[in-house]
Amino acid sequence: MSAEWIGKSPRRVGGFERVTGAQQFLADIRLDGTLSVRLVHVDCGHAKIIEVDTSEAAKVPGVHRVLTAADLPQPVPRFGPTFQDRPVIAVDEAKFFGEPVAAVAAETDDAAQEAAAQVRVRYEELRGVYTIDDALDSGAPLVQDPSLRPKDPLRNTNTLEELKFGWGDVEKAHADVVVEDTYTFPMVTHFAIEPYAFMAAPDGDGIRVWSPIQHPFILQRIIADVLELPLAKVRIFAPDPGGGFGGKGYPKFEPLLAFLALKTGRPVRLVLTLEESFQAGRRMANRVRVRSGFLRNGSIVFHDIMADCMIGAYVDIAARVVEKASYTACGPYRVPNARILSRALLSHTTPSTAFRGFGVPQMSWAVESQLDEAARKLGIDRVEIRLRNLPRKGEVFIPGDLPCDGNWDEALRKAAAAVDWGSPLARGRGRGIALGLKISATYAASYVVLRLHYDGSATLMTGTSDMGQGARTVFSQIVAHEMGIPLSQVAVVMGDTAVVPYDTSTSASRSTVIMGTAVFRACQELKAQIRRLAADTLSASENEVVVDRGVIHGPKGDLTFLAFLRDFLGSTRGELIAVGQEVKKKTWKHPLAGTTVFYELSCTAAEVEVDTGTGMILIHTFATVGDVGKALNPQHVEMQDGGAAVMGLGHTLMEHLILDASGRIRNLGALDYRIPTIKDLPLQMHSLAIENEDGPGPYGSKGTGEGGLLATSPAVGSAVQEATGVKIRDLPLTPERIWQGLQDHVRGR
Amino acid sequence: MPARTVSVTMTVNGRVRTLEVQPHHTLLQCLREQLELTGTKECCSMGECGACTVIVDGRSVNSCLMLAAEADGCTVTTIEGLAQDGRLNALQESFLEAGAVQCGFCIPGMVMAAQDLLNHNPHPTVEQIKEGLAGNLCRCGGYARIIEAVHAASRGKME
Repeated sequence: MSAEWIGKSPRRVGGFERVTGAQQFLADIRLDGTLSVRLVHVDCGHAKIIEVDTSEAAKVPGVHRVLTAADLPQPVPRFGPTFQDRPVIAVDEAKFFGEPVAAVAAETDDAAQEAAAQVRVRYEELRGVYTIDDALDSGAPLVQDPSLRPKDPLRNTNTLEELKFGWGDVEKAHADVVVEDTYTFPMVTHFAIEPYAFMAAPDGDGIRVWSPIQHPFILQRIIADVLELPLAKVRIFAPDPGGGFGGKGYPKFEPLLAFLALKTGRPVRLVLTLEESFQAGRRMANRVRVRSGFLRNGSIVFHDIMADCMIGAYVDIAARVVEKASYTACGPYRVPNARILSRALLSHTTPSTAFRGFGVPQMSWAVESQLDEAARKLGIDRVEIRLRNLPRKGEVFIPGDLPCDGNWDEALRKAAAAVDWGSPLARGRGRGIALGLKISATYAASYVVLRLHYDGSATLMTGTSDMGQGARTVFSQIVAHEMGIPLSQVAVVMGDTAVVPYDTSTSASRSTVIMGTAVFRACQELKAQIRRLAADTLSASENEVVVDRGVIHGPKGDLTFLAFLRDFLGSTRGELIAVGQEVKKKTWKHPLAGTTVFYELSCTAAEVEVDTGTGMILIHTFATVGDVGKALNPQHVEMQDGGAAVMGLGHTLMEHLILDASGRIRNLGALDYRIPTIKDLPLQMHSLAIENEDGPGPYGSKGTGEGGLLATSPAVGSAVQEATGVKIRDLPLTPERIWQGLQDHVRGR
Repeated sequence: MPARTVSVTMTVNGRVRTLEVQPHHTLLQCLREQLELTGTKECCSMGECGACTVIVDGRSVNSCLMLAAEADGCTVTTIEGLAQDGRLNALQESFLEAGAVQCGFCIPGMVMAAQDLLNHNPHPTVEQIKEGLAGNLCRCGGYARIIEAVHAASRGKME
């Protein structure tokens, strides 16, 4: 009999290639006759481009083409997943530090580098919008040309959008205790170890584009739009990303490469440096003011939230980030009255984009910290105040959306137990706990093609990107499990839009649930086909035949898939093909174009020790608990959860992009921008899961790619406060900040 | 005017290679571009991330910080040199078994740094593993399982 694969942890599919160096990431792919591309940018965040002199650059031996805005169709095409505001290359103005004003294509990378240095850009530095206060200053220059949104009443401001969500009546609500505070969360960068890389090549009357993009079909649409080509003539190759984290979700320099390929008639290749990758995408920075009311028993009466969200020079997907994160800003609680006002503020900075957690960590830093503040004022335990406000499964807590879909109190209790919540603390130590809630996809169109071959092996074709989360492995497990074949007989093909069917995106922890459902359905469809066809072979009626994974049971005996395929397909050979799909249409009545497919809920708890002499934090115990429904591959679930937790410790303890007065990133690169190393691991880490098989995905699964970092900051911040008495409202919790806080605390400030 | 090249002979993964390198090219560039050994990865290009770690004359180095010309006469082992005839070595096996591999981009450098550690210290403590891999960044955050993998490989050696 075949093995059951669900709930098991087979080795990662693609793991062999990754430990031997055979895995081809984009920069490892070689095409004959490829030109190397380097970008030219100016040394400030906002500048008027007066002249781009390419004459010296063009003389460098080996240079094939120096491209500026003047070489492109006029007006220069603009693109973006939601707003088409980003030009293929800077036009008239450079709007963020790192925005290319010219691109050089040369026979060698050395020549491209030398020529890029020879491009003379005459520019005038202009006043820039580099902070939230700059963006709100009515005298500040406009980041976006108002003609790009002529009907928008906000067009003459740097506010791209003002969003309002809420229910109940905050003004009339009676509270016994009101707490009010402001929290900030700085810009941080994805720092995938694979820097961004792109290739493009002419392809007859179409084009081929390579990008480690998470959403190849969004890139296909955008390239088709800017080149005015049919989708069928745009072929996207999306090799597995070497880490995505949201940063590789949306197109950046692919349109530029596509034009360069067409202009030169050659394949072109651009591999960004890590520094340039910092300048290509980041997490939005937030300043969140929250006023919250509570009853004496700890019940939340209202949250009144005002979030200023600093997005970049171009919108990318940032408006959606602001929207989704604001919508769930009250967290996973029963909040009878809510008023949420968010502003998406344009600035002359790196475009902010999707980043694991999609805006939720910024909101939960503020709102979860409020619960702790209220708990202290009311003399209620911090676990208890959360338990008191959690909805029960099935209870509506965001009016008009999916009711609570899990036993969330279990996650809270399990995390608390993992750090011995309530037991006596050693001197200098403190504990903290917080919950994070994120909505997943609100619409979807995901298709797979599943082919059962003559020898009983199967090929699955899917548009999901495997960026480390292990989608290949989990989809293989579903196919192997359902079809009753060994895992080694399943192949998963991804990353080529000419081959795999459409998928919305690899985002929002959706793939196991949404694409997994499409995979599951394709298996059922294949089994239904086999049942119909086998009835003939077995001389039985269809309803007498039962297909149970690899075996076909008929009234007079059993038949294996293999025997059936041999018999049915015969010596002509051939294969059986099934399509599976999961489609959830947009509904415009809903503020997010649809209710969420599931909630991603996670609880983080920490016990920390603070060195009062230096302000250094040592994390003794750290626990994350995700409500995952069902862990299809427990090892992969733990890797996602624990990995997200480490990333959360990065933005909580050490990461922030620092700008100078000219909008340049001062800590550009790995030396000055620190992410967690192996030495920053908590002394004890627990990555746990709640499995009640209550998710909408196959076998009751929910998504789990992001939960681990949703609540890191408030949990650690609360622990630091308990350990020291110092409350920090600005991330990251650097030793300097904590030390300063301790000094102020001692002086009674 | 094309720069004058430097003639370099090195033993890479057991094979003697003689080639002309640009004087300003790093060992990393030489391995990836000239020898087409793309298993060694490039990320920070300043010796901070460890993605480009290879073993040169028995010591792990960041190949982005070493000029190709400096490798003249050296013995270089890259990630491609660990598995023999398609069979993974013990450390590679234990990386897979422990679930230490996520996106995999840092993994070649991580494995080489860990291999170098085990070559010099077959039974490291957790603290020694952390010290040995402190120069290798993994943004997927898989450190705990990487430690487990190295530890498991070192235990294997004791048996």
